[in-house]
Amino acid sequence: MSKGEIVAGCLAPHPPHLVYAENPPQNEPIAEGGWEQLRWGYERLRESLADVEYDAIVLLSPHWQTYIGTHFLGLPKFKNLSVDPVFPNLFRYHYDLDIDVELAQQIHDRAADAGLAVTMMKNPDFRVDYGAITTGHMFNPAWDKPLVVISSNRSRDYYSVEVMQEMMIELGRVTREAILASGKKVVVIASNSLSHRHFTTESAIPEDMSKEHITSHAMHLWDMRMIEYFRTGQAQRILDEMPEFTEQAIAESDGGGLSWLLSTLDVPTYPGILHGYGTIIGTGNAIVEWPARDHQEASE
Amino acid sequence: MTNGELLGSYIVPVHPHTVLAPEQNEGWGRLREAYDIAAQRIKDSGADLLIIYSTTWPSIIGHQIIADPNPEWVMVDHDFHELGSIPYSFNIDEKFAHAWNDANEKRGLKSRTVAYHGFPIDVGSVVALKLLNPDNTIPAVIVSSNVYANRAETTVLAKACMDVVTATGRKAIAITAMSLSNRMFTKPIEPKDDRIHSLKDDEWNRKILELLGEGRLEDVGQLSRTIHRQIRVNKVVAFKPMWWLSGMNTNRNNLTGEVLAYEALHGAGGAVVHLDPTPSGAGDIEYDEDNVEYFAGERNVLDGDQREHQEDLESNFEAPTEMVQENGPALWDPTESKDSVNSEAAPKPVGAYPHARRVGDLLYLSGVGPRQPGTNAIPGGPIHDKDGKPLNYDIKAQTQAVVDNITRILEEAGGTINDVLDVTSFLVDMDRDFQGYNEVWAETLGKVGPTRTTLAIRALPTPIAVEMKVIAKAPKTK
Ligand SMILES: [Fe+2]
Repeated sequence: MSKGEIVAGCLAPHPPHLVYAENPPQNEPIAEGGWEQLRWGYERLRESLADVEYDAIVLLSPHWQTYIGTHFLGLPKFKNLSVDPVFPNLFRYHYDLDIDVELAQQIHDRAADAGLAVTMMKNPDFRVDYGAITTGHMFNPAWDKPLVVISSNRSRDYYSVEVMQEMMIELGRVTREAILASGKKVVVIASNSLSHRHFTTESAIPEDMSKEHITSHAMHLWDMRMIEYFRTGQAQRILDEMPEFTEQAIAESDGGGLSWLLSTLDVPTYPGILHGYGTIIGTGNAIVEWPARDHQEASE
Repeated sequence: MTNGELLGSYIVPVHPHTVLAPEQNEGWGRLREAYDIAAQRIKDSGADLLIIYSTTWPSIIGHQIIADPNPEWVMVDHDFHELGSIPYSFNIDEKFAHAWNDANEKRGLKSRTVAYHGFPIDVGSVVALKLLNPDNTIPAVIVSSNVYANRAETTVLAKACMDVVTATGRKAIAITAMSLSNRMFTKPIEPKDDRIHSLKDDEWNRKILELLGEGRLEDVGQLSRTIHRQIRVNKVVAFKPMWWLSGMNTNRNNLTGEVLAYEALHGAGGAVVHLDPTPSGAGDIEYDEDNVEYFAGERNVLDGDQREHQEDLESNFEAPTEMVQENGPALWDPTESKDSVNSEAAPKPVGAYPHARRVGDLLYLSGVGPRQPGTNAIPGGPIHDKDGKPLNYDIKAQTQAVVDNITRILEEAGGTINDVLDVTSFLVDMDRDFQGYNEVWAETLGKVGPTRTTLAIRALPTPIAVEMKVIAKAPKTK
């Protein structure tokens, strides 16, 4: 069996507004566009990977929040209606997604061996969270690749950002090992925003872009600082500054996705490609790709 | 029509064990029995409405209220999916939901109703309604917990709800679906091994239940922030439900309380508590904050809304100068004595006292507010109009004006702002204003470096939000 490979790592945020603005047939509400900067960013990300072959997408979603360790979707198919409990006016999406249960189990088993608390989720009535579906749709609207969906273990809430990072870096390490051992080519995705302070009001037309901006200058500065690190291959500094970033920017990296992603990529020292940045109801969102396929030697 | 009323309140646990696995652990079974007793009491009470405030439904844009008359789906918990699925089909009082939504807006809250096919009713509400209303005979409403809401907002949410209960003559039951301590074991455990996560959590839970057992609901509400810090994992929503429930009970401290069960649910504290409105005990209340009727908080982040709100404000009151004179005590000329320091450039006192007084090497200033000398206008706007109706105001502008007034008084005495040694600050709304006040402080007096004490107080003599009491070095000259 040939050696598995991570072909790319992506930061690919999931506010449901993006799917809403795209008007795909699966989503019930209708929009007059909106958030184009980010949607074009997703377009560039998709183009960047259009000629890259891969077998599966491994995605960590901050909206499947688990307090009892890390969970993996563990059945081959999930089909249901996903309604966002926070923005039900924007997101009511009929999904039908395939899971690479074999790969999920392999990551699960290695994580268990490493001492992490892990569970395979095998209840067929389970409703997949809207974050996983939004990122899944924006990344691959054809839904023609199976997914591994990993929950967000809320260890940050129980302990601290530092402990969360330790656990997520370990989970990233075993995720990487399992992928390399699987013989599969995989894209790994962290589905989270950067700064995460929302507006507490919504304009009458949610997609009214004249109302969209970052909630504060401080949030902007943090987002730009992180993006600078993304673009200059300074992943270690991101991990080092994660506690301050997460607390001061109320960042959605609190769910562990970004730390996990950088660990699956072996803490890359090569630049990430910034495909887009924009705000959604005040929160900061960047679409970034680390083209790991071009830097194999760096991580061997 | 008779007046509506609250027939009782219940606090109930959120995790699905009581529905799906009461037989697997004796404690879970006892919680289930307590749930069943509560259900019987609700039935016997003749209630015609169940109102649920659920901590497992967080919201961002204000509060959301379920208004789908018959929400149906299958609920699976994010963590406890191995216990099984809970199919539900509920009877929701759509009309009440809309009326509550309107009442929220009248009291200054952001609010919306939610009626979408397939909307995921949260685990806490599903468990509570399944067990408290097993035959769906009593219509229900469910409200979310806003992640950004503070105490004032949560209290006003309850008052708006009671406006509708009263106006429509309903016989209502208020329910909070919540954990006490919410720290769970972070690994799977055998049902038989379940216990409260730590002794500290257990002790706090018992203290809370002791207060509730004595009917002291408002006391628990006032302890909410402390409880949150002590025994709550920072999940999305803080320990807010006691603010809401106390608001539903007119902030009473003399209810008749009964703890029906208290047990562990995967380490978290689960309790079923019944609070009957029949008065008992002393009912002593020590208010630590204002009893807010209308929410005028920071919910105007989008520019457009801010403009709209500003227009409201402008049409609502006359020129600020008149406002203050009608809206506060009479103004006095500062008293004169050998050691007094008074300034034309500082606002007039509201009583017989000087602006400042020198004693030895020290200068003691009377409390300084933000009013402008001459016009008596309040930069940033007054905090309420002459009828006492709350107004939106800018704490930063008020704080800056206080610092400017202090500067003027010190300059009159021949000194400068750099002479300030010690400041006692008074805020009328610590929650709302501390941050803005602190930012201006950092830019001004924070750079001078005096010691500082900040207190929350109920009111100041004029419609202002901040006042400072200053001790400064007396200037050598004069
Ligand atoms: Fe999110």
